[in-house]
Amino acid sequence: MKSLVSITDFSKDEILKTLDLASEFENNPNQNILNNKVVASIFFEPSTRTRLSFETAVNRLGGRVIGFSDSANTSVSKGETLKDTISMIANYADLIIMRHHIEGAARYASEISRVPVINAGDGANQHPSQTLLDMYSIKKTQGKLENLTIAMVGDLKYGRTVHSLLMAMSHFNTTFKFIAPAELQMPVEYKNYLNKLGLKYSEHTELSDNIDDADILYMTRVQRERFSDLLEYEKVKNIYILTNEMLEKTKPNVKVLHPLPRVSEIDINVDDNPKAYYFTQSLNGVYTRMAIITYVLGLK
Amino acid sequence: MQKELKVSAIKNGTAIDHIPSNALFKVIQILGLEKSEHQITFGMNFESKRMGNKAIIKIADRYFKDDEINRITLVAPNAKLNIIRDYEVIEKKVVEVPDFIEGIAKCINPKCVSNIENIKSKFKVIAKDKVTLQCHYCERITNQENIIIKN
Ligand SMILES: [Zn+2]
Repeated sequence: MKSLVSITDFSKDEILKTLDLASEFENNPNQNILNNKVVASIFFEPSTRTRLSFETAVNRLGGRVIGFSDSANTSVSKGETLKDTISMIANYADLIIMRHHIEGAARYASEISRVPVINAGDGANQHPSQTLLDMYSIKKTQGKLENLTIAMVGDLKYGRTVHSLLMAMSHFNTTFKFIAPAELQMPVEYKNYLNKLGLKYSEHTELSDNIDDADILYMTRVQRERFSDLLEYEKVKNIYILTNEMLEKTKPNVKVLHPLPRVSEIDINVDDNPKAYYFTQSLNGVYTRMAIITYVLGLK
Repeated sequence: MQKELKVSAIKNGTAIDHIPSNALFKVIQILGLEKSEHQITFGMNFESKRMGNKAIIKIADRYFKDDEINRITLVAPNAKLNIIRDYEVIEKKVVEVPDFIEGIAKCINPKCVSNIENIKSKFKVIAKDKVTLQCHYCERITNQENIIIKN
């Protein structure tokens, strides 16, 4: 039985297979593969964007959805253990898609459940479907995954999306540029990991001038609450806003990605720039999630 | 010779040497010796050329399996074992850091499921020279200085 809890649960081959499947679903989005299957979509903390994307994926595949979008009115709020909740739901459904604020909750659930578990986010830890949709967007816009240069911008210390993307892209001889304020640099364990693999990376604190050789510009939010020194935040918050002017000298094939929601880190004028890809990126999420669901259920 | 007088010799059993003094009670705890019925002698703050200061535990009539003793590497990475029969050291062993550790350490992440639900902690050992653990559940990385042993 295959679950997807962490992006490292998928090998390079499994990542490629999922991305191929996603592209198949993009060409033919309505397929009855989940006919007669029940999928539990259990969101212990609300996330409308992710939940609707997953539930759309299940519906396009012809499956049925049970579940909840917030644990406030469930037995969980009456103190039921996660173990009991998961055991019960695993008896009803063929697949569990879950989001939980407790870190490691999805791994634990995958050990209890008799059906596959897809992690739709466990606190600050993992959100592997986001990573796969990011990779799908990279592959679709660049025509390949190998030998690309990815500039990661913003909160590289706490941002789980950049950590997972780094791990997954490390299969493809990627060169990384880490652009972040001093307080929010990429943690040393990820740099050690790249060193071990012999992959190239560089670190910068300025956004402009450091993105000209990138194929992908992966933007993330720089949040005020991450700073111990608010003066430092005030200093950096305007440096990390991407503008059309900064994109002028960049490569013609570059695409700007962002896991969304965006706050102010991308100027709204960039939205109409052909290099902006973040809205299409989120649409790719449905196809990628269709692929993940089909793959973990062993249906393709 | 003097050392032997400080911690009395045993006829049969195991002597664990080169434990950092400040890890003595953690080693006792990890091996569950406080509940043991064997005769145990221990001492700490002995001089050691290599470590400056060390502790020793001698357990009569008790031998350890490798995966049992290797659990102490979390707090005593340089510990050495002397296996004793008839007052003679018949074998010397060094402890080895295992690949996977269950139920000894506590995850440092307060938001981790292993600290919230009633489950056994599990860690992957991702570096052995300076022991670094990665939680099997929340994936948080803990380095040697921050390892917390469960009570
Ligand atoms: Zn943990």
